[in-house]
Amino acid sequence: MAKLNMVQAINLALDEMMAEDPSVIVLGEDVGVDGGVFRVTEGLIEKYGEARVIDTPLAESAIIGTAIGMALAGLKPVGEMQFCGFSYIMIPQLEGHGSRYRSRTHGQFHVPLVMRVPYGGGVRALEHHSESREASLGHFPGVKVVIPSGPRNARSLMRAAILDPDPVVYMEPKRSYRAFKEDVPETPETVEIGKAQVIQEGTDVTVIAWGAMMHTTKKAVEEIRQARGASIELIDLLTISPMDTETICASVRKTGRLAVVQEAPLSFGPASEIIATVNDHALMHLEAPVKRVCGYDVVTPYFGRENLYMPTVGRARRGIEEVLDF
Amino acid sequence: MPKKELDTFSVSYLSILDEDGNVDKDLEPKLKKPELIELYRQMVWARRTDERMLKLQRQGRIGTFGPSTGQEAAQCAVAFAMKKQDWFAGAFREHGVRLLRGETLTRQLLYYNGQEEGNINEGAANPRNLPISVIVGAQPLHAVGLAYAMRLQGETETCAVTFMGDGATSEGDFHEAMNFAAVWNLPVLFVVQNNQWAISVPRSKQTKSATIAQKAIAYGMPGIQVDGNDALAVYAAASEALDRGRRGEGPTLIEAVTYRLMMHTTADDQYKYRTKEEEELWWRRDPLVRFRGYLEAKKIWSEKDQEALEEEYKAEIEKQVKAFEEMSGWKPDAPFDHVFGTKHERIEAQRREFLAETAKEAARG
Ligand SMILES: Cc1ncc(C[n+]2csc(CCOP(=O)(O)OP(=O)(O)O)c2C)c(N)n1
Ligand SMILES: [Mg+2]
Repeated sequence: MAKLNMVQAINLALDEMMAEDPSVIVLGEDVGVDGGVFRVTEGLIEKYGEARVIDTPLAESAIIGTAIGMALAGLKPVGEMQFCGFSYIMIPQLEGHGSRYRSRTHGQFHVPLVMRVPYGGGVRALEHHSESREASLGHFPGVKVVIPSGPRNARSLMRAAILDPDPVVYMEPKRSYRAFKEDVPETPETVEIGKAQVIQEGTDVTVIAWGAMMHTTKKAVEEIRQARGASIELIDLLTISPMDTETICASVRKTGRLAVVQEAPLSFGPASEIIATVNDHALMHLEAPVKRVCGYDVVTPYFGRENLYMPTVGRARRGIEEVLDF
Repeated sequence: MPKKELDTFSVSYLSILDEDGNVDKDLEPKLKKPELIELYRQMVWARRTDERMLKLQRQGRIGTFGPSTGQEAAQCAVAFAMKKQDWFAGAFREHGVRLLRGETLTRQLLYYNGQEEGNINEGAANPRNLPISVIVGAQPLHAVGLAYAMRLQGETETCAVTFMGDGATSEGDFHEAMNFAAVWNLPVLFVVQNNQWAISVPRSKQTKSATIAQKAIAYGMPGIQVDGNDALAVYAAASEALDRGRRGEGPTLIEAVTYRLMMHTTADDQYKYRTKEEEELWWRRDPLVRFRGYLEAKKIWSEKDQEALEEEYKAEIEKQVKAFEEMSGWKPDAPFDHVFGTKHERIEAQRREFLAETAKEAARG
């Protein structure tokens, strides 16, 4: 058991997978000698060499496009988009090809690649360094999108992403990179992609969050528990797509109430998809309207105003209490 | 059938004022004394403000910032050759161009303090400066569109100048922009500041081409490599390219060979991937020192002039930093004002929620 932060945990998972499987390779801008601008790939080039840890020229479309070719031929590339704001340049390749080789050939070809995408706000960075775009990426059939919330699940999800036979976008909440440490077990754990995790059981209300919002939501939940002793069931979504209908609906059937906390803009986001899913499978169990605590439908403001626009502990708490008090 | 040679190509390198102060008299641009002094003053202004911004960042008074120190000749000499009516579509490391074209230090500080207000060009600043473009390689395409619009609207004397780094030449958008500009025969000047690094990736890993200038040949436009630390060479090459553009002869690519003397941005540690010795080598090619030597040799600049300039700039920087720090009254919901040019109830409802939530947050403390 080692106490690691999220950067160290992802690095550990990459290191373990590269050691276990020579077909795992890492590529991207500044991922080699520099160890990545966030140091997530630190030390890998020294250990595995330039052929397996590639400092690419500056071109996102080429990073994913060549990774698709590598994956088609049996490698397991783990590419990096330096920031979510630059990941849109990969979309023609991801949507047009990465997501489709399997269905296009009825399974003759498949594309086992991982694209790491640091995302999210709260780090006082320049424009394009703060967006949460899991909704856009989650909208492509054939692409899996996962988001860890802490060091321990970051390690297990990365393992699962690399072992997965299909393209996985692995989004890293960079505000949580060094925010806290967790015990990460000696022996690797694997989680199943497509499964949410109930991290705290309860009976009064279900609360769902993911990524950096998990941390914010946990604090809000704890405040409410202390203030009024409510029994809250807290779910870490972990996989945006394909979403875990079972875990979400089983919980709502039990609690009858639901609140979702999402950093991304309100419209067309995972929170909306969660509500639609509950509507399809557990509507008659709801005792209150579902509350969404979300970002707003504005272009992500520069960091001078950014914090006003991110869901806070207070906002999450008020949203959850609104559902409890209905 | 034997293969026959269809064409041959060559690339040229332009240097007028070399590292040791030698001047090629035949190539020396015909700039008048006040013009030479003005260009020098602009380069020093770019350097001093850059240094101050770095300090302010280190003191936590602004956010992440990418210094331009060392690239003043590549930036200011192009801006000096431009006309007011020309468009400028830059990336994020053209501090010198922006200042020369009328942007203030105060506005730059606002930008690096995380405020969109820093992008607003008002007063003396040139309304034909596009704001900073952080997405590497995107803005050259905008320059092509600007130039097309100018021609269609009858402004045949107007060029569009776009800047990018050596790293940006790897992006598809860069190549698409070059191709469109050449096919449409537009007055676009592409300036690649080849400062040897794209964060940690050296120029040698970015492209296998011997020069970046030669990439122009493939698109059917002239490309020239210039000593980017030689203000005279940069000025001469830019003037010629802009004249070509104004004569309707199409685009040009200039590769300005220079060096990023500082870290990529204040979030970077350059010693992870390069040495102090390499930096020292380039400090010896400091474009400011070289140009000052040229002016002194011409007896149009002296130690006394320099001292007076430093005093003047010190005071001016203080004034502008103070103006920046005294600005207040930012409208918290401004982002809602500028999502669209039209009002929509769905957005307005969120604005109301935002304002109510912001008030509750303030009450929560
Ligand atoms: C499309 C895109 N990808 C990645 C980045 C992150 N990034 C910012 S600057 C930079 C390097 C740019 O190098 P270069 O074009 O040589 O310009 P320089 O920084 O040297 O001025 C990178 C990778 C970005 N801003 N945009
Ligand atoms: Mg560069």
